[in-house]
Amino acid sequence: MFSTHGILVAGGGIAGQAVCEAVRARDPHVALTLVCAEAHKPYDRVRLGALLADGTSVEDLRLRPDEWYADRQITVLTSTRVVGADLDAGTVALSDGTVRHADRVVLCTGSDAFVPPLPGRELPGVVVFRDPADCAAMVARSAQIERAAVIGGGLLGLEAAHALAARGCATSVVHLVDRLMERQLDAPAAAMLAPAMEGLGVDVRLSHATQEIAADPDGRVAGLLFSDGTSLACQLVVVAVGIRPQVGLARTLGLAVERGIVVDDRLTTSHPRVLAVGECAQHRGTVHGIVAPIHDQALVAARTLTGADAAYAGSIPTAKLKVMGVDLVTAGAAEGEREVLAADATAQTYRKLVLGADGTVLGAVLLGDIRGAELLMDAVRTGTTTEDGLALLAEASQATAAELPDTAQVCNCNGVCKGAIVGAIREGGLGSTQEVVRVTRAGAGCGSCKPIVSELLALERAGAAEEPAYLCPCARQTREQLAAIVRDEDVRSVSALGEACGAGRACGACKPGLSYLLEERQAGRFRQERHAKFINDRVHANIQHDGTFSVVPRIRGGVVTADELRRFADVADKYELPMIKITGGQRIDLLGVTKEQLPAVWEDLGMPSGYAYSKAVRTVKTCVGTQFCRFGLGDAITVGIDLEEAMEGLHTPHKVKSAVAGCPRNCSEAYVKDIGLVAVEGGWEVYVGGASGATIRKGDLLATVATAAEGKRVALAFLQHYREEGDHLERTYGYLERVGLDAVQAAVLDPERMAALLERFAIARAACDPDPWRERSAPVHPKQFAELDSDAALDLVAPAEATR
Amino acid sequence: MSPVLSETGFVAVGAAADVPALEGRSVLVDGRRIAIFRLPDGWAATDAACPHRGGPLQDGIVADHCVTCPLHNRRFDLRTGRQDGGDDAVAVHEVFERDGMLWMRLA
Repeated sequence: MFSTHGILVAGGGIAGQAVCEAVRARDPHVALTLVCAEAHKPYDRVRLGALLADGTSVEDLRLRPDEWYADRQITVLTSTRVVGADLDAGTVALSDGTVRHADRVVLCTGSDAFVPPLPGRELPGVVVFRDPADCAAMVARSAQIERAAVIGGGLLGLEAAHALAARGCATSVVHLVDRLMERQLDAPAAAMLAPAMEGLGVDVRLSHATQEIAADPDGRVAGLLFSDGTSLACQLVVVAVGIRPQVGLARTLGLAVERGIVVDDRLTTSHPRVLAVGECAQHRGTVHGIVAPIHDQALVAARTLTGADAAYAGSIPTAKLKVMGVDLVTAGAAEGEREVLAADATAQTYRKLVLGADGTVLGAVLLGDIRGAELLMDAVRTGTTTEDGLALLAEASQATAAELPDTAQVCNCNGVCKGAIVGAIREGGLGSTQEVVRVTRAGAGCGSCKPIVSELLALERAGAAEEPAYLCPCARQTREQLAAIVRDEDVRSVSALGEACGAGRACGACKPGLSYLLEERQAGRFRQERHAKFINDRVHANIQHDGTFSVVPRIRGGVVTADELRRFADVADKYELPMIKITGGQRIDLLGVTKEQLPAVWEDLGMPSGYAYSKAVRTVKTCVGTQFCRFGLGDAITVGIDLEEAMEGLHTPHKVKSAVAGCPRNCSEAYVKDIGLVAVEGGWEVYVGGASGATIRKGDLLATVATAAEGKRVALAFLQHYREEGDHLERTYGYLERVGLDAVQAAVLDPERMAALLERFAIARAACDPDPWRERSAPVHPKQFAELDSDAALDLVAPAEATR
Repeated sequence: MSPVLSETGFVAVGAAADVPALEGRSVLVDGRRIAIFRLPDGWAATDAACPHRGGPLQDGIVADHCVTCPLHNRRFDLRTGRQDGGDDAVAVHEVFERDGMLWMRLA
């Protein structure tokens, strides 16, 4: 009944991708063409906030790599639109002037941001939040302004506002209604959400009807004027009040269009050869503006397209707010006649079920405590009935992944249910969360479901520890497997390891990890190879965006002499360095040094390497402690310098930042370091696993001891434990969360184990190089710091020649 | 001036010994910065600037047949110049070693 011209999907968003995936799963042969209007292949628009918040690139958001389309023979056209079609003849006209044959067309044209007709809406500085270009515009503008305003306090508006605030831009959310997310939340939950957003630095203004976007004399955005006569000064306006289905093409084709493109239960439009899926489609009067229903619709559309029976009965709307620090999940109705509630105003948690008269679960709102969200969402989706709503809420808060039904959707971004995850683990014999995410795509979206993916994997493995992520994914070798080869065959170099098992040879990305593994396991017997190191560790400096390097000498404890400061100034003058920067780790950074200049700069500085370029022990920050501070309880400077001297030169799975604070006021920020010592009345506290970078985490109190010397022993034993057990590129906080504080305390604090750790630490410390900058006069290769044609005058410092 | 291998257009660009195993070094040829890599089974040459943000490919980690840009980890096949998992490509040039000297010709 179907000819061979195949299916053309118009629109390369999440919907278009979902249709391609669902069709291919059912029919490996039918010709499939995906036409994307944007320049990018399908990417995860749901995570656009990440693009805005932390500079993730569009490539990182890609739903599938190029090979995926090639392997499945899906033709993908980018920067191309469908401009017309002769539906009866089966031809489709594209914006590049070509005509393609297709028996069926699936419209996945999505939606545009709705911009209300406000005066000033055309001003420069007024943007919507819809695609990567919008994000780029927001990022560029947010850096130069005093305040941004987001019009719209729904899901998208809050995510945009949070991302802007996270970039350090003062941000206000302006919302027409008297509560946030009124479509998903009831009044009490909304009332708790507003202060939570304020806590993240987002100024929330409710019941504000924007009347006009005002301009400054230069014609740029200057502020918002509200209907009550008040105003808000801002230089960037993000409009996020809703979506408008993109129905232009459907109209051109003469299809029935109301708010969206009208489809029946088979997702077929008014023309039998044309289907519509996603935000452009209107089914039983509803246009869905969220991601979850897209996957439901795509599955039904794929059945329709492949000649199977299918009926789409609508989706239960579910929403998860992807804002770090605010846990919020909603499903179905937010309010109803029968409501069951467990709330704690102090803990700021709110858990509610909405029930029908017969006990059918109609909706759930979880704020601040989203335990059991998947179970409750599934109850809403499947219309479970319960006699005792409170019991169901309590049960959900205790529920483990084991109790989820197979139909429960675990990953709402990519529409993956528990059954599919468990099936993939069994079929593929998957051993790590990393693999499960890669294969099933569960957790590859916003990532909030990854803990459940891990839990399901643990269940399938019947308690066996999860295989750590492969250290060499190409050769499928885990760290443990590689360590066994190193031990059994006494492997002493990365090349030898590659010859033994193939690790590190295909893509090379793992070579620094292999190098660390060998260095840690073989200590003094390890043969270094520079090709296995990142450029930073070949030339002992940190590569910058323009290919120059930064030079950060060791300044133990952040204490520097007047003479050293003079040398910094002299070096900066002599080499005309463009910037001298005080670092966050209490050091001095010389920027803009070329590779060829490095040896001479080090020579003139006459200070040892600060290892600021390496996965190694970094700084030990200190406060002035009892030496000067009137509140000091401990001599932070002496203890910090001593600790830094003890650890310096050691490579670690990831960088290790430390601090010593002379009292709990924590001026040196020891609570948020990988290793932090804090003087308290009568002793010292040792914190580990703290972080204040992309992740912010207060360290766990590993031990409280009587003296600084004991504190140092505990710190060094922990460092060695982490060196031995941490995965490559796993920070101490990740390690702590993976194994738990109890396990670390057991491994480090037991007197015998501590003594053994300290012995191995001493061996490793003796084998390491505390100052690789000495290679300025003893390079490992004559062209270590040079290109083939480097100017001879800049070649290695004279001592290099002299000492040879 | 670099000596030219007559008629073929190859120019001498430096000593083979100046490029360590599985590393790269760059050289200016006809105003273009070229990265030359020593591979387990021979040599490879590409434009030195990564097409993404101009990162120095000669400073990248080299595996059997590819290099990874040190700035943002774009990876390129040294035989074809094509980006692994992406649409970018870097120009690949001819290079060989004779009597300890490296000779190359721009594509």
